[in-house]
Amino acid sequence: MSSTEIINTHEVHRDDVGARMGMWLFLFTELLLFGGLFLVYAIYRFKYPDQFQAAAMELNTTVGALNTIILLTSSLTVALSIAALQKGKRVLSIALLGITDILAVAFMINKYFEWSAKIHHGIYPGSEHLLSLPDGQILFYGLYYIMTGLHALHIIIGLIFLTIVMAFVYTGSVNKDSFVKLENAGLYWHLVDLIWIFLFPLFYLLQ
Amino acid sequence: MQEEKHNLAEHDISYTPYLFIWISLLALTSITVTVAGLDLGNYTLVVAMSIAAIKSALVINIFMHIKFEDTIFKVFIAISFFTLSVIFILTFLDFLYR
Repeated sequence: MSSTEIINTHEVHRDDVGARMGMWLFLFTELLLFGGLFLVYAIYRFKYPDQFQAAAMELNTTVGALNTIILLTSSLTVALSIAALQKGKRVLSIALLGITDILAVAFMINKYFEWSAKIHHGIYPGSEHLLSLPDGQILFYGLYYIMTGLHALHIIIGLIFLTIVMAFVYTGSVNKDSFVKLENAGLYWHLVDLIWIFLFPLFYLLQ
Repeated sequence: MQEEKHNLAEHDISYTPYLFIWISLLALTSITVTVAGLDLGNYTLVVAMSIAAIKSALVINIFMHIKFEDTIFKVFIAISFFTLSVIFILTFLDFLYR
């Protein structure tokens, strides 16, 4: 009846399912963003199968496989971090998010060396060496830089997202009873992992 | 109510399924790398994409908790995959029979 009661009902209102659904709707837009690029890749690979294969020989399968293992493991640590928080183990949850961050940085370091090596060999968009190659190879490397680059940008955003949520877990605003922010950060991270699951065989395993 | 059964917080929380899925994902990765080394001709791409699809299903169902979500989430995902496949099919039809 009093005004405090009204304020209280306002504070209590929470819709975790709605929050997760909002995150999923956003992930669908991401699916279309990358879907368009996969479509371009599919059409051109179909058009220039031999040149795509020849161009892909230059890519380092070991580095690609290593990054796959890193990302799959980082997905595990995010999932475990949510489970740990649900069990009320706050410190373990933070530690697991920290490991996820370290793995994300490791992925980027790997990417840095991989791209550096390519650029060092004169393979980068618009380079003299690349433009002397046949059309299919130019397209392959264009798509390689755009798709792994956009994916790497998502890794950086995910890293920031996870670190912010980690601070929330630390302060306690994300906790055992209210962890939808951590759940949503996790969903974003798993999407980044999902995209890599497809990028890896399409770029690194053409032999 | 149904609500409780689907609530994320309500399902048994254990670390083991996540570890199990992680090991499966690593195993599938090593399979896909090994298969890529074999000469399967046109089937190479099909095999690689099938393995990627299996890995995605594991990540979506377990890591992303879709297995425990309301049905509407599964409907949404089905619609979005359907939309994406329509875009692919129509583009390829246009490309092949133009």
